[in-house]
Amino acid sequence: MEFFTSPDIPLMTKLLEVVYIIIGLICLYTAGRNLFDKENKSPWGTAAFWGSVGIVIAFGRWLPDIVSGALILLMSASAILRLVKPGQDLAPTAEQTKAKFDRIGMKIFIPALSIGIFSLVFAFLGGNALVGTGFGVLVAMVLLFAFSTDNKPKVFFDDAARFLSIVGPTSMLPPLLAVLGSVFTLAGVGDVIAGIVGRFIPQGNVNIGIVVYALGMMLFTMIMGNAFAAITVMTVGIGAPFVLAYGADPAAIVMLALTCGYCGTLLTPMAANFNIVPVAILDMKDKMGVIKNQILPAVIMIVFQIIYMILIK
Amino acid sequence: MEYIKLIGILIVVLGFALKLDSILIIITAAAATALVSGIDIATLVETFGQSFVANRSMTIFILVMLVTGTMERNGLREASSALIGRIKGATAGIVIAAYGVIRGIFGAFNVGIGGVAGFIRPVLIPMATGTIESKGHKVDENHLEQIKGMSAGIENISWFFCQVLFVGGAGALLVQGTLANLGYDVPLIRLAAVEIPVAIVGVAVGIIYYWLKDRRLCIKYYSKEK
Repeated sequence: MEFFTSPDIPLMTKLLEVVYIIIGLICLYTAGRNLFDKENKSPWGTAAFWGSVGIVIAFGRWLPDIVSGALILLMSASAILRLVKPGQDLAPTAEQTKAKFDRIGMKIFIPALSIGIFSLVFAFLGGNALVGTGFGVLVAMVLLFAFSTDNKPKVFFDDAARFLSIVGPTSMLPPLLAVLGSVFTLAGVGDVIAGIVGRFIPQGNVNIGIVVYALGMMLFTMIMGNAFAAITVMTVGIGAPFVLAYGADPAAIVMLALTCGYCGTLLTPMAANFNIVPVAILDMKDKMGVIKNQILPAVIMIVFQIIYMILIK
Repeated sequence: MEYIKLIGILIVVLGFALKLDSILIIITAAAATALVSGIDIATLVETFGQSFVANRSMTIFILVMLVTGTMERNGLREASSALIGRIKGATAGIVIAAYGVIRGIFGAFNVGIGGVAGFIRPVLIPMATGTIESKGHKVDENHLEQIKGMSAGIENISWFFCQVLFVGGAGALLVQGTLANLGYDVPLIRLAAVEIPVAIVGVAVGIIYYWLKDRRLCIKYYSKEK
């Protein structure tokens, strides 16, 4: 409580902590709902996953690191042992959504856009973008309630728990990859890669560094099927020592490297969610039918981005 | 033998390529790297906790889920299809292009409108084939296959290159976290701003390519019937 009453801590920091507590509560609500869901085949494992991540997100600021770490391992263990299952799916029927559309109509776009607008406004005014996101979500909820009083707090929480259960443990990949990245940094992995790559590409030529970094991101993403996994490894190994070390703009170079990775995602069957699952959902004959339609745009975009990176570095 | 430190990267590359459980790969890679680098277990667990808490911002999508499901419940998908349906004289290529633009705009605002299973299959494909049937043609099987491929393609292209415009999207947060590990402090708004040309060019390339391709296919399959 001291944290929230202390005048020395900026308001945005306090509000951000409130946002994390709400996110944590959503996870804990998801844990509770799955625990008492008779249709969930693994209520305890699912509750352990969402419960432990919920505690770390909500109270991580105050927990000792070793406790948070242990909870993250518990979360990971329940996912690895395949004990996390989505329970009952309470999706609305087509008739229900149609009936709502007939009443609400195009106004539904207003709450849809409010989240992004508030994030942007807060970021521009020097506030915290994530607090802005939270504010936008609040506005969207109020608007949805104004459109239809059926949209009570419980509906929002139930729908959030439903979506969270559907995406499941995969949703925790970005923070876990960031954790892996910090272990790599702690161990000095980047220095070793830099030593190897340095034998093949000349030191001090930033443009060559950019080309290798961008193409490397694309190829690594194609092999791994995941640009998020590639960016942690490639940035520590190539981006930092061969591009950023020579004074290139870190925000521009690394962010664009991520979208270079996305070009790789467009080209690989390893990214099954995007390129192979749709083939099945759409009953296509050619297994590579989606990828074939993405080759030309991906090639144009990687070339465009490399030129853009060299120009604005 | 400094090279042994690369074991974690080897595990990540092989693990993802062999489609093993993603979280298993990450934990194994972290543990193996710590083991060969002389990091003890307590320090490793502490690093896990410290780093996850420092990267809690990447879970902001959970907050947005408070409204995504409820917006779907209140007719967001129906409203999007009504918007595309307002275009006059549409062809399959134009329907796909319109979806690409709408998907991109919503992607920039971090809002999904159903994806392949929720929108493309039940709404977009029937709309696209409807434009061919309304001209009195029977939809050619090979054309249909390409319409499906292009629809899934524009879904990916618009989403990939436009979601990075959202201030506080997962990709930007991971970049911010990765750079923080390396000692660089970058604001999220800059990460979004630098992607503006990429998003515009990406969507433009996608919709122009598919529009031209569809036009060529329409001539190939339907011009003789008249």
